[in-house]
Amino acid sequence: MTARIVRGSADPIRPGGAEPLEISLDGTRIGGLRGQTIAGVVLASGRLAWRRTSSDGRPRGLFCGIGVCYDCIVTVNGERDVRACQRRAGDGDVVESQYDELPEAGA
Amino acid sequence: MSDVLVVGAGPAGLAAARAARDRGASVTLLDAADELGGQYWRHLPPSRPAAEERRLHHGWATFTALRETLESDPGCAIVTGAQVWAIEAPDAEGGPLAVHVLVGPPDGTDRAGRTYRPGSVVLATGAHDRTLPFPGWDLPGVFTAGAAQAFAKGERVAVGERVVVAGAGPFLLPVAASLATTGARVLGVFEASRALGLLRGWLPRPWRLARAAKKGGELAGYAWGHVRNRIPYSLGHAVIAAHGTEHVEAVTVARVDADWRPIPGSERRIAADAVCVSHGFTPRLELPIAAGCAITPDRFVVVDSAQRTSVAGVFAAGEITSIGGVDAALAEGRLAGHCAAGGSPRDPEVRGAVRRRATFADFSVRIEAAHGIRPGWTSWLDDDTLVCRCEEVPYGRLRATAETTCASGIRSAKLTTRAGLGICQARICGRTVEELIDRAAGATSDAPSGRPPLDGATTDRRPIAVPIRLGELAEGALPD
Repeated sequence: MTARIVRGSADPIRPGGAEPLEISLDGTRIGGLRGQTIAGVVLASGRLAWRRTSSDGRPRGLFCGIGVCYDCIVTVNGERDVRACQRRAGDGDVVESQYDELPEAGA
Repeated sequence: MSDVLVVGAGPAGLAAARAARDRGASVTLLDAADELGGQYWRHLPPSRPAAEERRLHHGWATFTALRETLESDPGCAIVTGAQVWAIEAPDAEGGPLAVHVLVGPPDGTDRAGRTYRPGSVVLATGAHDRTLPFPGWDLPGVFTAGAAQAFAKGERVAVGERVVVAGAGPFLLPVAASLATTGARVLGVFEASRALGLLRGWLPRPWRLARAAKKGGELAGYAWGHVRNRIPYSLGHAVIAAHGTEHVEAVTVARVDADWRPIPGSERRIAADAVCVSHGFTPRLELPIAAGCAITPDRFVVVDSAQRTSVAGVFAAGEITSIGGVDAALAEGRLAGHCAAGGSPRDPEVRGAVRRRATFADFSVRIEAAHGIRPGWTSWLDDDTLVCRCEEVPYGRLRATAETTCASGIRSAKLTTRAGLGICQARICGRTVEELIDRAAGATSDAPSGRPPLDGATTDRRPIAVPIRLGELAEGALPD
């Protein structure tokens, strides 16, 4: 087990109703709740990484969680470089992970 | 009637907006998020109401009262999703200050550009976690403590199931407490400062602490929560490595000496799927720097008793003036807003705020003395530990480059290694890069360590305060 959303029935803050939504990440459908960020939806599905770094091809996901580090950027409905921890998920959002290859030297 | 622009809707900004309204100023309150409250009062969105949300917060009633007052006040224009990307200082002829803003969804492509030219501005931009690098800190599953807090409070998402919290400072306690409310198992809180250091930092002049009893109560509440949740709290311990290939599987925790050097033989491995690390806070200084505000040697905004900066019409409050916690931020914010609207710190209606500011001013000094970063942390680093996460610059390359070029300064080190030149604009690694370059220079010269950066440059000068799209710049981010 890794990251997950707190089950409402087990939550000491007694949450009321929440509306479900669904996004896709690289074609995989992921369910979440309205008001969650894209990072929150993806993270709660148990997936920790959704980007590869340009130089070493290393996995990255959420790090700072408050819009400072830009590690979590994704493409949302064709818009590149959107911080997944800042953008609220919209029902039906098409999210793609980013891997930006470095340009060839001298090309 | 004066008009006051407040940047940042955390505790300081909310208090500033309220105080400026109390004096009759017309107020505009900006925040990049779509909810008020800042990071401190980060909360669930309106689409997810919860009957007992206050249980996740300290001072929740203070927040909701400020929010209701400001939201129902036609004299206060609240603009959320408002990202300030540049600020222009008043020119020599006394021309007005200009604050350039993009309004819309975060990183959206069709945000609207606006420029404000207020009579005065209160900067209350807050701070973000400072996390020191260690081997494996770039693995998914390593988070800042702030991230764990933000997702626990803002979404009810637990960042892991078996979680280690580590670093330094009183902030680790509420983070562990928040994680516990998500049902995550907090395996331990590892505070690098040792008991003696904590005593030296927190105990001098204890009568001042007694005056800050409310704050003491808040910290005591966290301690009580730890007992209740049976979270082990260890002093003089640090996470010195995270292990895994695609994500964190374990961490190495070691005992550390007073300088935070690991004590050989004390290492132990703990299986964990998340580790949340914060070694303090970095104030968000780009707007005050761009506005021309004087900065103290320890890198906070210089303010006078009216929270005025060195630039006419620019006031500052909260964590950008010192890391003093929520009570200090509320008091400073109230004074900043009051004075930005033409008041004086001697006015009777702000007497309480002046007193509270004095009471809590002491906290920043105590926190720094007790939990401040100690130089031995660099012994955690391997040559291939990334220092700059964006540009993937490892410690070995940074140090070797600094030594072979005699580290003539931050600018040349950045240009030769690319450290600090990535998309986060050195927010995560800047202070670390400065410290490492400075030390590498110390190794090749007789210059003492701890002096200001070599070429007088710092990594928090960002004339374009956040990354924005070229298209936005071209198409009307500057409407006039």
